[in-house]
Amino acid sequence: MNDSFLLDGETIPFSPGQTVMQAAAAAGKYIPHLCWHPDFAPHGSCRLCIVRIGGRYATACTVGAARGQVVENRSEAIDAERRTLLQLLFVEGNHFCPSCEKSGDCVLQATAYEMGMLTPHFDHFYPDRPLDASHPEVLLEFNRCILCELCVRASRDVDRKNVFALAGRGLRSHLIVNSESGRLADTDFAATDRAAAVCPVGAILKKRVGFAMPIGKRTYDPRPIGKSHEPGTREDE
Amino acid sequence: MSDEHARAAPPPRKLKLATVSLAGCFGCHTSFLDIDERLLPLLERIEFDRSPLTDIKHCGPCDIGLVEGGVCNAENVEVLREFRAHCRVLVALGACAVNGGLPAQRNNIALGELLQEVYRTGHGLAAGSRIPDDPELPLLLNQVHPVHEVVRIDYFLPGCPPSADAIWDFLNALIEGRAPTLGPGLLQYD
Repeated sequence: MNDSFLLDGETIPFSPGQTVMQAAAAAGKYIPHLCWHPDFAPHGSCRLCIVRIGGRYATACTVGAARGQVVENRSEAIDAERRTLLQLLFVEGNHFCPSCEKSGDCVLQATAYEMGMLTPHFDHFYPDRPLDASHPEVLLEFNRCILCELCVRASRDVDRKNVFALAGRGLRSHLIVNSESGRLADTDFAATDRAAAVCPVGAILKKRVGFAMPIGKRTYDPRPIGKSHEPGTREDE
Repeated sequence: MSDEHARAAPPPRKLKLATVSLAGCFGCHTSFLDIDERLLPLLERIEFDRSPLTDIKHCGPCDIGLVEGGVCNAENVEVLREFRAHCRVLVALGACAVNGGLPAQRNNIALGELLQEVYRTGHGLAAGSRIPDDPELPLLLNQVHPVHEVVRIDYFLPGCPPSADAIWDFLNALIEGRAPTLGPGLLQYD
């Protein structure tokens, strides 16, 4: 436990085998992220947790913590890169916050607030992605999917059901449901599955509970996501 | 500076402010009016040019232009370009101006199909309903666009609507020549 590295000038202890992200989270320090979740294996795909270690870019969720590392995290330059990644995500999907049940509890939205994103900047794709309301208890809203694969990992590794997967490559990547019809109702997915609660955005939603929490009392209303890793708080659920 | 000089100094020029609602719901203008009695000190420092509050029809040379709403038809494009040509600082005010908002939810439906369903085949229509074709109606664009996809925008103030406090802070910063920033709790997309 005597091993440590420097994160934005602060000493962060780590145990052997921990990643930079795990050690930072354990110390209550926020490194922005979308696809990382403490309960799942790192994915390294959203790139939001990019940091500079000894002048080189690395994703904090996949790089091992090492003694003497000098990690640059919340500098204006790196947050600007993160802002660009967020803008790309916002224009690739249909993220219309005023009509979204996840608004106020959404990790994508909260991270964009934290990074000070005022505009999507790029031209919008406005993709056409029909939703899947076939399941009696859960709605799939593909317009909001950011391809983090947390539902894929939860369904495969925790629920042992393999309900979700990503198909296609590059711009054509999209979330699919593992049933012959492609509909969620034709799988053994249940609202009690871990995969039903792990979505950081409003792509997987339990039905009939939307907008239950008034504005002002939602997860990130009182406490911005950058403060949510401080001791005594939990990031999700 | 002597008292005499202080008295002689002209008051600072009032800044000219123009506002417009394109493909919006006037919610952002309503939120602007929600600054309530702060409107009075604001009027000491600005005067309105074209705005729903003055009913001036065309925008003259202005210091600040606030644009609510996205761009959904040919008239919106023309007005937006007029604002860009006349306003030193142009601001996208609210969700629809920033990302298209609610009107842009029609963007992945073909315009012809949309008009057919709304005016011809949808529910609750009067007998003989037809698609409006009065030549005075501005033509719809195929898609609704955020204002930054049509002209250069200097500042963005998101929110549906942005709160009165956000608009107040933002305008004060602009008037005082500071770069506007949204303080804690004032940056909201919903």
